[in-house]
Amino acid sequence: MNTQLFLIQVFNGLVNGAFYAMLSLGLAVIFGMLRIVNFAHGALYMLGAFTAFALGQAFGLGFWPALIIAPILVGLLGAVLERTLLSRLYGLEPSYNLLLTFGLTLLTQDLVKQVMLSRFAVSSAPYSPPAALSGVVNLGFVVFPKYRLFVIALSLVVCMLTWFVIEKTRVGSIIRASTENPGVTRAFGIDVGKWVTGVFAVGVGLAGLAGVLAAPIYSVEPYMGAELIITTFAVVVIGGLGSILGSVITGFAVGVLAAVGAAFYPPIANTLVFILMFVVLLVRPSGLFGLPEGAR
Amino acid sequence: MTVIPRAATPTDRERTTRAVWLAGLGLLLLILPKLIYPVLALDILAWGLFAVAFDLLFGFSGLLSFGHAAFWGSSAYVTASLLSHGQSVPVALLGGTLSALALAVPVAFLSVRSSGIYFSMITLAFAQMISFLALQWTDLTGGENGLQGFDRPSVLGLDFSNSTTRYYVCLLLFAVGFAVAWRTVRSPFGRAQQAVRDNEPRAQSIGYDPQRFKFTAFLISATLAGLAGSMYTFGHGVVSLEVVNWRTSGEVVMMTLLGGTTTLVGPVIGAGLVLLLRDQLTTANLPVGIVTGIVFVLVVLFFRRGVVGTVQHWTRRK
Repeated sequence: MNTQLFLIQVFNGLVNGAFYAMLSLGLAVIFGMLRIVNFAHGALYMLGAFTAFALGQAFGLGFWPALIIAPILVGLLGAVLERTLLSRLYGLEPSYNLLLTFGLTLLTQDLVKQVMLSRFAVSSAPYSPPAALSGVVNLGFVVFPKYRLFVIALSLVVCMLTWFVIEKTRVGSIIRASTENPGVTRAFGIDVGKWVTGVFAVGVGLAGLAGVLAAPIYSVEPYMGAELIITTFAVVVIGGLGSILGSVITGFAVGVLAAVGAAFYPPIANTLVFILMFVVLLVRPSGLFGLPEGAR
Repeated sequence: MTVIPRAATPTDRERTTRAVWLAGLGLLLLILPKLIYPVLALDILAWGLFAVAFDLLFGFSGLLSFGHAAFWGSSAYVTASLLSHGQSVPVALLGGTLSALALAVPVAFLSVRSSGIYFSMITLAFAQMISFLALQWTDLTGGENGLQGFDRPSVLGLDFSNSTTRYYVCLLLFAVGFAVAWRTVRSPFGRAQQAVRDNEPRAQSIGYDPQRFKFTAFLISATLAGLAGSMYTFGHGVVSLEVVNWRTSGEVVMMTLLGGTTTLVGPVIGAGLVLLLRDQLTTANLPVGIVTGIVFVLVVLFFRRGVVGTVQHWTRRK
């Protein structure tokens, strides 16, 4: 494999990694606070893309306003779901919330499918990137689409920002305290319940944002989130739940490794992430950044 | 040497209730092809056994596998492939079932070391890998086209082109699988398995190796899921990528919860209800995902005991 092809694969891997990172970051933030794994994360990612598409069709809104509005709408929906449905199951096994969000995924996907068919008469729709980001950048040794570079850059910024807020600010210290010991945090006069809703909304908003970013690359389609979220679960298992920075690093690293590996041997493009998971489980069952069983 | 607990002796009343449930289920399954068309009845048998197999792990070991489609699906494919290569029906059914067991060994080995939500994610990821492999390995699976049109040569004068004959052959296989599950949960092994589920540290402290019980339970569960998958192929005569899809893994969870987990009879009833509902929806041309999604959410929120669990709860309170 020559250097040019190698670099192209690294860039493609970073694009995939950007989505893994944003989604697993959201999953990690939500898991930290709520102790649940949100299966609907993929459906909400799709909803972000669909909202951007629908906003464009209905109100003529372009990419930039959609990039702000769609994640907020998805986040608000998340807050409503958390308050009305998820919160009912907090006393039970966390598995029940996985199942609940699984049911919500089936429901959301087919609802969107119905709406797309009946309202817009399409089963999948392309979504064009903004004019400023169309075209390619010539980096001298390699040519790369501008939009994809933008996706990599923006997701890095968003991930770092999330990390900064959680690790370095007062808001973050409240979140970390509620994660570590909700009881004591409550005793300090902090309404943990409200923070839970907020954190869920933000985590889900990140999925919505990833969805808007994905729309110009993969086009908008009701089932676009399903397989991505399962692959992201494998990424989460590789990285280990619990570490914010760990999920971001793992996301990008797995994206790049999988893309480069696929260039050597194309048939394993889809399965390489799972093979990586297999290896990590053999040598480090709790994941690269995860705490060992029992400490979790 | 591990001391194995003796199975608790049930009271007379429990025995009667159990006998009533079993007799009811048996009778219903015997006349089922008269009530609904035989292929749907065949589906109920296969999915019913699949759900029972799943519940051996979920209900009795407390491990929520979100990847049981891998065992059901790989067995379905291997059975179809053996049949299309001219093998006889018994060989194909056995081959499919054993392939599920073979696949379960590495998956169980790696996944039972984790528990809770982690276990669910790992099994889901493995099943997704199988699903991608099925898409790519077109020699075995036919890829997007699936496998169909294979022969089911008759054995002992039984004509397998007749769907009612196939139903009663499957009913026999179902009975064998169900009996295995029934014996397993009532055996000393099953008691220890449930002890590990209820209190792992305590079970460990009296000398049981939790990993070993989970591992073995996983293998039994996957093998029965494989038997169910091969029954599905045998009954349907068609296999498509849907058998390894993640939705299939979710569907079996829904059937089990709806019917009633840890009741053994419940998952079969749950499977029947879900399949009848789906059948109604397809004929009425309603979107299946929306309705099953709503049912799923409602069951998880308000009906976690399931049909059989709820009935048992009410009769016990009297």
